[in-house]
Amino acid sequence: MNEKYDVAIVGAGPAGISAACVLADNGINAVVLERGKFPGAKNISGGVLYGHDLSGIIPDFAQKNCPIERNIVESRIWYLSEDGGYSVSYRDKAFESERRYNVFTVGRAKFDRWFADQALQKGALVVCGTVVTDLLRDDTGHVTGVRTDRPDGDLNAKVVLLADGINSPLAAKTGFRPEPSPAHVALAVKEVINLPEEVIDQRFNTSPGNGVTIEILGSVTSGMNGVAVIYTNRKSLSLCIGANLADFSAKKIKPYEMLESFKNHPMVAPMINGGKPAEYMAHWLAEGGYDNIPKLYGDGYLIAGDSGMLFNTLHREGSNMAMVSGAFAAETIIEAIRKNDFSRSSLKKYESRLQNSFIFDDLKKYRKFNPFLENHPELFTTLPDALGFAAREMLTVDGTPKKKKQKKIWKYLRTNHSLSALLRLVWDGYRSV
Amino acid sequence: MGASIEDKLFLNRFNVDETSHLKIINGAVCIDDCEEKPCLYICPANVYRLEQNRISINYEGCLECGSCRIGCPHLNIEWRFPTGGYGIRHKFG
Repeated sequence: MNEKYDVAIVGAGPAGISAACVLADNGINAVVLERGKFPGAKNISGGVLYGHDLSGIIPDFAQKNCPIERNIVESRIWYLSEDGGYSVSYRDKAFESERRYNVFTVGRAKFDRWFADQALQKGALVVCGTVVTDLLRDDTGHVTGVRTDRPDGDLNAKVVLLADGINSPLAAKTGFRPEPSPAHVALAVKEVINLPEEVIDQRFNTSPGNGVTIEILGSVTSGMNGVAVIYTNRKSLSLCIGANLADFSAKKIKPYEMLESFKNHPMVAPMINGGKPAEYMAHWLAEGGYDNIPKLYGDGYLIAGDSGMLFNTLHREGSNMAMVSGAFAAETIIEAIRKNDFSRSSLKKYESRLQNSFIFDDLKKYRKFNPFLENHPELFTTLPDALGFAAREMLTVDGTPKKKKQKKIWKYLRTNHSLSALLRLVWDGYRSV
Repeated sequence: MGASIEDKLFLNRFNVDETSHLKIINGAVCIDDCEEKPCLYICPANVYRLEQNRISINYEGCLECGSCRIGCPHLNIEWRFPTGGYGIRHKFG
């Protein structure tokens, strides 16, 4: 493989493939190196994608057999106690018509393969079954290519785009992105549960092709700072649950046991009843936020997507940031090729592109959100059951005057939470979003 | 339904490499110096199991998340991706 490419891209996920598409559109000679047997073989996400950002790369994606599972018309948020929970939801007709495919679910094994096919059709080269084990550098440290696990596996390139995802031994080895600390990643596990299409439509009150997302907080993460989701696919549900990795270590909780209790929660069990588990996977989510984004460019290289820790926890947006940052990286590379200058000062334009986009804007806006969750463990420990108690009491009709019930609830709430702690929770929460 | 970790891993498709991509650097550290042994809990595939005087590595079911690598308090796990094309192969993703 001792060939010379203009651009070597590590990883055929949304970031790498978006970059490959933009480069191919501009006639640039790029190669994508993917460690899986096919693009998507190693990839996983909760399962939603965003039409706006995909259409930036493939404008007519819906007409090109994009493997969309369900178009999302309703978003639910649950706050769960041990025995029940609160649910808030919003559904809008606009998401079935003019805003169709604003959000939709995908299985990444199928979607990423399709996405890579689009890049191939544009003329990009995608080489699978190849792990990039190191970067080639000259005496000054300027990146000049990649080393792979193939026998004659060195490959020269003018510039390398690191789009290899959040779990990147390569980033750690080269020092271009420090290894994340356990406190800065969440470990999530996912189970895909097969159910007949019409059963999903009945349970979620949807018409065929349309679906629902549910984002879940509360006691389901066993007191740890974490989140769970249920997403509807065409003939399956995606159930994910995750928590801060440092919390898993401290509490000695096994992720798959937490997943099982989640599946048995009274609000979850009826939804998956009769379903057949089909796949079980695990992945990290970047939780460091804006303040832990590494330097995303240097002499001869750029970093995009999850590798650059570009992830918005609150709005569960990651794959869109991967696509957009991949495209920005490609645009920067195109300029660099025209100037024939791949130094860090030439590639710095990538950072300004990110600064001027929603990516850095949103990550800055929510930079206090992860610390908020970290600093308020009561959100996951005592508060879910206290709020559950409150609703249960108020909804129980037993002849007790409501005023007396309110007093009882207030007293219960105050046993675990001081007034100042509750005010601080509200204030910090308000300030973090 | 899919209650145990073995049942869960059985759902997956793996192309198992002949050699392990995971290695404990110094086995004595696990037994003598590591009281918490978080690898026994945090690994979502239950790859690490405590046997009499050592920790065994059942790399065949590794989900390739990387948690053991950064979660080991002694950074005592040598971790690489399985050789290209090997390891887990997602069906749905």
